[in-house]
Amino acid sequence: MPDMTLGQAVDRAIEDAMARDDSIVLIGEDAPMLRAPLLARFGADRILAAPISESAFFGAAAGAAMAGLRPVVELYMVDFIAVAFDAVLNHIAKVERFSGGKWKAPLVIRAPSGGGYGDGGQHGQSLWGTLASIPGLTVVVASTPADAYGLMTTALGHDGPVIFMEPKLLSEKWLEFLGSGGRDTVTFDVPAEGAVGSVPKQPHTTPFGKAAVRREGGDVTIASVAVGVHRALEAAEKLHGSNVSCEVIDLRSLRPLDVETIVESVAKTGRLLVVDEDYREFGLAGELAAVCLEAGLSPRYARVCVEDTLPYARHLEDAALPNVDRIVEAATSLADA
Amino acid sequence: MELIGLYREMLRARSYELAVEDLWHRGLIAGEMHLGTGEEAVAAGVVTLLGDGDGLALTHRCSPALVVRGVPIVPMLRELLGCEDGLCGGHGGHMHLFSREHMAATSGIVGASLPTAAGFALANRRLRANKVAVAFTGTGAMNSGMALETLNLAVAWSLPLIVVCIDNGWAITTASEAVTGGKLVDRARAFGLRSDSVDGRDVRAVHKAAGKLIDFSRRGKGPAFLLATCPRLDGHLLGDPLLRMARQPVAEGKSTFAKVISSATSRGGGGLKDRAGGMTRMMSVMAKARRGPTRERRGDPMLATRKAMKKNESERDRIDSEVAAEMESAVEIALADFGESADA
Repeated sequence: MPDMTLGQAVDRAIEDAMARDDSIVLIGEDAPMLRAPLLARFGADRILAAPISESAFFGAAAGAAMAGLRPVVELYMVDFIAVAFDAVLNHIAKVERFSGGKWKAPLVIRAPSGGGYGDGGQHGQSLWGTLASIPGLTVVVASTPADAYGLMTTALGHDGPVIFMEPKLLSEKWLEFLGSGGRDTVTFDVPAEGAVGSVPKQPHTTPFGKAAVRREGGDVTIASVAVGVHRALEAAEKLHGSNVSCEVIDLRSLRPLDVETIVESVAKTGRLLVVDEDYREFGLAGELAAVCLEAGLSPRYARVCVEDTLPYARHLEDAALPNVDRIVEAATSLADA
Repeated sequence: MELIGLYREMLRARSYELAVEDLWHRGLIAGEMHLGTGEEAVAAGVVTLLGDGDGLALTHRCSPALVVRGVPIVPMLRELLGCEDGLCGGHGGHMHLFSREHMAATSGIVGASLPTAAGFALANRRLRANKVAVAFTGTGAMNSGMALETLNLAVAWSLPLIVVCIDNGWAITTASEAVTGGKLVDRARAFGLRSDSVDGRDVRAVHKAAGKLIDFSRRGKGPAFLLATCPRLDGHLLGDPLLRMARQPVAEGKSTFAKVISSATSRGGGGLKDRAGGMTRMMSVMAKARRGPTRERRGDPMLATRKAMKKNESERDRIDSEVAAEMESAVEIALADFGESADA
């Protein structure tokens, strides 16, 4: 089981799948440079350099998927999905339902997400709450290299549209590219287990709609995705020292959502803390509260999320993103209550 | 404006960017940094034609235009340093700089400067007589839907909008021509904008061409488009991996090249033609990056402008020392509470 970075695991999953499946094509801005190894193996018919025309190439990807291809459409960052949002919301997500289930659009949107490196509020958003609210889409978020490989492989075999989120803070290549290339005078708070890890040599899949319990505990359930999972794990370790036992759930897949695992854990702990790098209102945090209520549970509840437009300044951004101190504080007051 | 004044503004823009480059390398500025080195003649030639009430919408490569527009240097630097007393309170950063007094706004979303400037132009037509708005953009952005739609909107509404498209040959790390159909001047003309192109390294030529178009729009004749060709001297962003690989293939490109070779020789995938074609395409991008002009070499607009002022060397020297003093002082003030001096 070789160690690889999260970004390498995604690249590998795409390369392995492209070798198996001729219908997969990759579309993206700067694809010839960013995906040079794929270009050298599969050629320019399958690795397509896109102009900066997101609304066109997302719409085209939908049509191509309907007509027999399986496109992987790459965004530099999920923030830029806004430019192509009509294609995502009104077309990609609706093909199957509009056709009475007779026509599907199997495509994967690869969307690096999140902040933590000081790039400002147009380049550090997570947005999975917004995207996962849309029927017809599958939205998955990787937090380890092995899951990144597995989720991407599942996505590339799935018969509908999948948004695959790749946290930039866990992806060495993105940080190199975006924040530190050419200088060694800045550091990032990168959770080691998320950034580098072993990935099985044989191709494997990670099922959609199945959360992973990363740490077991009895007092507080902490649910999260992406970098938030690692922050929660660090907080749980600290809380353990003050006799608060936390269960940390990595949801991995937001749509479909593993309601069973959440409900089972919350039924046990009676307390739910949602840690989310996405916006607080009308998103994942509220959704998890709702599924617990629907299951007849009324846990004590708190959420540590992003509450405003992400600031550029690193110290402000660090405070705005869910950090270990905020998680410890919220979990402690839940446990005290 | 005389050449001497234009040169001063070019030099201010260049000196600002060099100061920013230094601060970025010292780790004092977060995130991405897209320098506008190479665009000074376009910024000086166009923006010196703007005054109070004129709007300005900019891109991720925004500093030269903001410096020339007269946005105060210290608050801009303080913003990049992430300070509360920065231009935007530390919330914007270099891709999201806003100066309400100058009606100047920046966006990191490619193409977004056009619709924003169209809105400034619309407001100006109703609220401020003879005032215009300028959008700076690049060739990559001209393929975005919002840019193309704005060309049409501006004509349909006869807006006092001037789109200045900087052609540095690149759309991020892709050669613009590889992803662009037709000629951009023809494209703008087909929408009905008065359109022109100019050597964007020649500040007097830019000033003259932009002057005519801005005057046209000021007189209520409708929108205009100017394509200005100039080099991108420091890649897409500081630390640009393409530029690093192109300039130092052994030190910087080793692992990428190894991956490319390993992929190209893996079983499964395209035939020989696909693989060879893919490699050729990649190498051509590298070659283009390698060929590109660098600072203080032929092709750098600062050199040509200095040369054009040869007869006026004493004046030029005076400007050089004044601008150097301005930027040194600005950096020193900006760093005052950082515990570091400008020459640390």
